[in-house]
Amino acid sequence: MGAGIEVQNLNAWYGSTHTLHDINLKIPANQATALIGPSGCGKSTFVRCLNRMHETNPIARVTGTVKLGDLDIYNDASPAAIRRRVGMVFQRPNPFPTMSIYDNVAAGLRLGGIRKRKRLDEIVQHSLRRSALWEEVKDIWKSKSGAALSGGQQQRLCIARALAIDPEVLLMDEPASALDPISTAKIEDLIFELKADYTIVIVTHNMQQAARVAEMTGFFLNGYLVEFDATTKIFTNPTDKRTEDYITGRFG
Amino acid sequence: MTRTRFHQNLDDLKERLLVMAGMAEQATQRAIEAYRVGDVSICDLVMRSEPAINRMERDIDQMALDLLAMEQPMAIDLRFILSVIKINADLERVGDRAVKIAERVRDLQTVPAIELPVDIPKLAMLAATMVRNALQAFIDGDASMAEKVLTMDDEVDELNRAIFRTLTGCIKAQPEHTQQALNVLLIARNLERVGDHATNIAEDVIFWVRGADVRHHLATG
Repeated sequence: MGAGIEVQNLNAWYGSTHTLHDINLKIPANQATALIGPSGCGKSTFVRCLNRMHETNPIARVTGTVKLGDLDIYNDASPAAIRRRVGMVFQRPNPFPTMSIYDNVAAGLRLGGIRKRKRLDEIVQHSLRRSALWEEVKDIWKSKSGAALSGGQQQRLCIARALAIDPEVLLMDEPASALDPISTAKIEDLIFELKADYTIVIVTHNMQQAARVAEMTGFFLNGYLVEFDATTKIFTNPTDKRTEDYITGRFG
Repeated sequence: MTRTRFHQNLDDLKERLLVMAGMAEQATQRAIEAYRVGDVSICDLVMRSEPAINRMERDIDQMALDLLAMEQPMAIDLRFILSVIKINADLERVGDRAVKIAERVRDLQTVPAIELPVDIPKLAMLAATMVRNALQAFIDGDASMAEKVLTMDDEVDELNRAIFRTLTGCIKAQPEHTQQALNVLLIARNLERVGDHATNIAEDVIFWVRGADVRHHLATG
């Protein structure tokens, strides 16, 4: 099952640049939450704070609290432990190019100490099914490289890789922006199905996509969370004028 | 990501709807004038204007449909287009009401004119003011002005009921004047419906501007 995330007074910096200002919000469990806003508004920085990726940059700094369920991710656990519970998928599909489809999905499991072939087979196959890729790769999953797949298939392979370690939250940073419309539709259908088992946070520049897949939407601007509300409210009658001006294309 | 062309298209849509509004208002004014002076030639003008109003209704709906399909509008733009579609339908119905009034006026000219103790010009003035104010609220995007239109509807309804009571009394007392009284009663009824369409337009303006649904006395905004 997915876990909810509660963010309190979150601030982030790159060097002396203050990139996130006092962010407070509750991301509900087992729903998709979309984050929208113009380039450089802080939405990607924000999701990278949710799995402690932000601090991998040596000049980056974070203050405030992020709770995953009851766990304070900055004080109660190591970054590696958090990233096992909070998976991430990026804009460009990034399968390990020299590995087979199978080994791409199994890599995280092996790092986690799972060695038995039968167990690995089960989890890899299950993950490929969950990411809606199994039917397309079942005859080649052990023989072909992940890099031999199409862009859309590669992205679903990356989702399978993220799901294999059984996270509670899946962060997706513009997961479909490099894909054609059919592959995009497959990813969106997948998000819909995955909500039953995972909490999903998706950063997107495509507002129609946010409207289609997410129950909740947050609008970021200049490092501030301007508005966070039900997606239907945001896209039909937002409270803040800045949100309205952005989604109706009056600036941005 | 500013959508200049799209917003220009929204302005064009608004302009087109205002032309439609002018046509519907003119038809109503002419029908009222035809009643006031008893002139059948004005009735003909009203009837001849109906096909143009119907064509304009279809054009505006098509423009709105194209914008919905091609631009995927959001928030206030989405509410604006939905309001235009609904206001467009109400304006077409206002045109229909004008035609119905003109038909009654024409029928009145076939029987001897009599004095009936009802104030149709006042009802006509109230209904026309409601339409004018609802359209002004649309032009200015002024929800407060639209709210004032809603309060006028009760006055129109009450006056229409009073006219109905008076005329049914006349029919009972002087059955030989039934045709005249019935025609005037139907004119009053159509003017009252014009007021209802103005109410709908005002409600649509409030929905567009505030995102609040005030129809049927609901305020869920």
